[in-house]
Amino acid sequence: MIVANDAPVLDVSDLCVEFDTHGGVVQAVRGVSFSVRPGKTLAIVGESGCGKSVSVQSIMGLTPMPPGRITRGAARLDGVDIVRQKIVNGEDVRGNRIGMIFQDPMSALNPTMRVGDQIAETLQVHRGMSKRDAFARAVEVLALVNIPDADARARQFPFAFSGGMLQRAMIAMAIACEPAVLIADEPTTALDVTIQAQLLELLEGLQRKNGMAIVLITHDLGVVARVADDVAVMYAGEIVESGTVDDVFYRAAHPYTLGLKAAMPSRETSKSVGLMPIEGAPPDLFRPPAGCGYAERCPHAMLVCGPHRPQRVEVDPGHHAMCWLHHEDAPRGTDAVYRGGRA
Amino acid sequence: MSLLVEARGVTKHFPLGRGKTVHAVDDVSLSIAAREIVGLVGESGSGKSTFGKALVGLHDKTAGEVYLEGERLPQRYTAADFRHYAQRMQMIFQDPYSSLNPRMTVGEIVGEGLRLGGGASDAQQRAAVADWLERVGLAAGYAGRYPHELSGGQRQRVGIARALILEPTFVVCDEPISALDVSVQAQIVRLLGELKESLGLTLLFIAHDLSMVRYVSDRMAVMYLGSLVELGGADDVYFRPMHPYTKTLVASNPEPDPRSERERATIPITGEIPSPINIRAGCRFATRCPEVMDICRTVTPELRTVAAGDERHVACHLFESGGLASPAPTALPTEVVDR
Ligand SMILES: Nc1ncnc2c1ncn2[C@@H]1O[C@H](COP(=O)(O)OP(=O)(O)O)[C@@H](O)[C@H]1O
Ligand SMILES: Nc1ncnc2c1ncn2[C@@H]1O[C@H](COP(=O)(O)OP(=O)(O)O)[C@@H](O)[C@H]1O
Ligand code: SF4
Ligand SMILES: [Mg+2]
Ligand SMILES: [Mg+2]
Repeated sequence: MIVANDAPVLDVSDLCVEFDTHGGVVQAVRGVSFSVRPGKTLAIVGESGCGKSVSVQSIMGLTPMPPGRITRGAARLDGVDIVRQKIVNGEDVRGNRIGMIFQDPMSALNPTMRVGDQIAETLQVHRGMSKRDAFARAVEVLALVNIPDADARARQFPFAFSGGMLQRAMIAMAIACEPAVLIADEPTTALDVTIQAQLLELLEGLQRKNGMAIVLITHDLGVVARVADDVAVMYAGEIVESGTVDDVFYRAAHPYTLGLKAAMPSRETSKSVGLMPIEGAPPDLFRPPAGCGYAERCPHAMLVCGPHRPQRVEVDPGHHAMCWLHHEDAPRGTDAVYRGGRA
Repeated sequence: MSLLVEARGVTKHFPLGRGKTVHAVDDVSLSIAAREIVGLVGESGSGKSTFGKALVGLHDKTAGEVYLEGERLPQRYTAADFRHYAQRMQMIFQDPYSSLNPRMTVGEIVGEGLRLGGGASDAQQRAAVADWLERVGLAAGYAGRYPHELSGGQRQRVGIARALILEPTFVVCDEPISALDVSVQAQIVRLLGELKESLGLTLLFIAHDLSMVRYVSDRMAVMYLGSLVELGGADDVYFRPMHPYTKTLVASNPEPDPRSERERATIPITGEIPSPINIRAGCRFATRCPEVMDICRTVTPELRTVAAGDERHVACHLFESGGLASPAPTALPTEVVDR
């Protein structure tokens, strides 16, 4: 068993990604920083279009360039920046040291190839294994993700697999090389809660066994609460709040985090209390606002919020929020927003 | 409370040829009171959409009847039936992307029901469309736009305006918020709630998000593989599930509370929902049920009242003894003739 230590295995800093489109330049990711430690799960949560997928795809080299462009920032895997170099110490790190899984398993699997052969191929490429050893290992990995009868299944094509089994096969493919980091982009979004629970359990089990770090992208705060150690809340291309899962759920320091929580029902929500929708829509990333991205929808917005970009403030050790309410001159009117144990 | 909609033994099979039949909905009975919201949950493939469509006549019924305010509805709808009943029953669909005709403007989409129904002048139609766009929170100026120019939430508002412009009494909402972001989901749920109050609507609210269904609904119905397995007050079913399938669903449903999630003893169910083709006698959940008994594999459990006051109904052999939540005796016959 690998003991989690505090040095991050993946450390992303100030990542900026934009796209040329007919309508102009979309600033999809605007200075994103996050890190994840071995054996831990970081959840990145936010509404569709806020830049979650682009952030991780650009790290994985999956962003089409052009039209995409990484204008700034770095992603360090064990200290080495992999945004600008694919090969580290003679090894292609992607698919090897970092694996990725997606919402649609068929985007990762080749329909014309036997499942076992596909997994074996990545092992041959990345690990230089012989075809025979690689196939034997592929069967092992399929068994590891709880595919019954793995030996027979490895010889089948993807179409013979059920939806849940395809999802497992994709995970098997991503973890075959025992990556240090697994990036999971909405892996359970299209699934029923029962199958989702099975998959989350599977990922947690694999993590306990091999100590990999997981970056889980989701828009579901329930999933975050179930599996995350740390959370980064994204809005309009920025990470507006980050901290431990308890920081973010019980000491939310950003109005958007509070808005998200109030908009979804929990056990305590009753018909008399009611849900509080966040009115309006996220800003247009062709012309991102100069100040706080959330200012237009924020119930606490002040004069300063529209024109001026808020600083990232550490409200408690390791707990950050990007909001003017944490400025020392801000009024102390609202107690909904957590202001840190020090204040 | 007066009954508005009553489904009696509604069954919908899809013949696939070569002796194969999809048992999409089998013998589902459900009564909905006027102004009630009944939530319908279950894994995908459990027959929720098929049942909803059968209620409003979008599917012929293989067997069973549907009554609307005591009036028996046709087994198979003619074009005239659709026009007639469209005034009283409507459906809102999950996917605001595919359920709106991309070549029609928002105004044409919303006004279509009035146009087909006849009886309203062009000016009246335009005024009604403008009014409804305002009511669903879209400015009247959206009438000239096309669906692809709208966000998902805006498209769902168009779908709601289209369904409600004829002021129906009963609306089936089939996953109306599943494709939307959390903040937009709450906007649409609030809108539906306001319209329900102002129009006195009765709703069947189909969704797979249990937390949202609990919050929205008065009662909750749970379907599995074409049958209704549990029915009761929404909070009751969610917080005190009785059917083993409902228990699994609730246990699998993650809630936005890390402390309770850490304490939760999950019982993740194994396997996936089986194929609904040529289903045999016995409990449909028997292949995955953690509490399965011999009898379950051969005798189909009926939906029975298990609590006083007619409030709670469960289709499970664990509750056969009339309300006692004790397992059935093990000495039951194990060799029961299979149909
Ligand atoms: N290939 C692309 N070309 C142009 N714009 C893109 C491209 N990929 C993503 N974007 C834009 O980047 C923004 C962020 O997208 P994405 O990361 O997919 O959001 P999320 O995963 O959070 O839903 C969106 O506005 C999207 O339209
Ligand atoms: N037109 C059809 N022909 C054949 N099978 C169908 C048809 N429509 C639905 N089904 C099948 O009926 C079952 C129930 O489907 P559906 O009502 O869509 O479930 P849900 O809405 O709960 O996901 C599924 O197995 C589905 O594949
Ligand atoms: S910076 Fe201002 S507008 Fe932005 S979240 Fe904080 S208070 Fe609201
Ligand atoms: Mg995405
Ligand atoms: Mg459906």
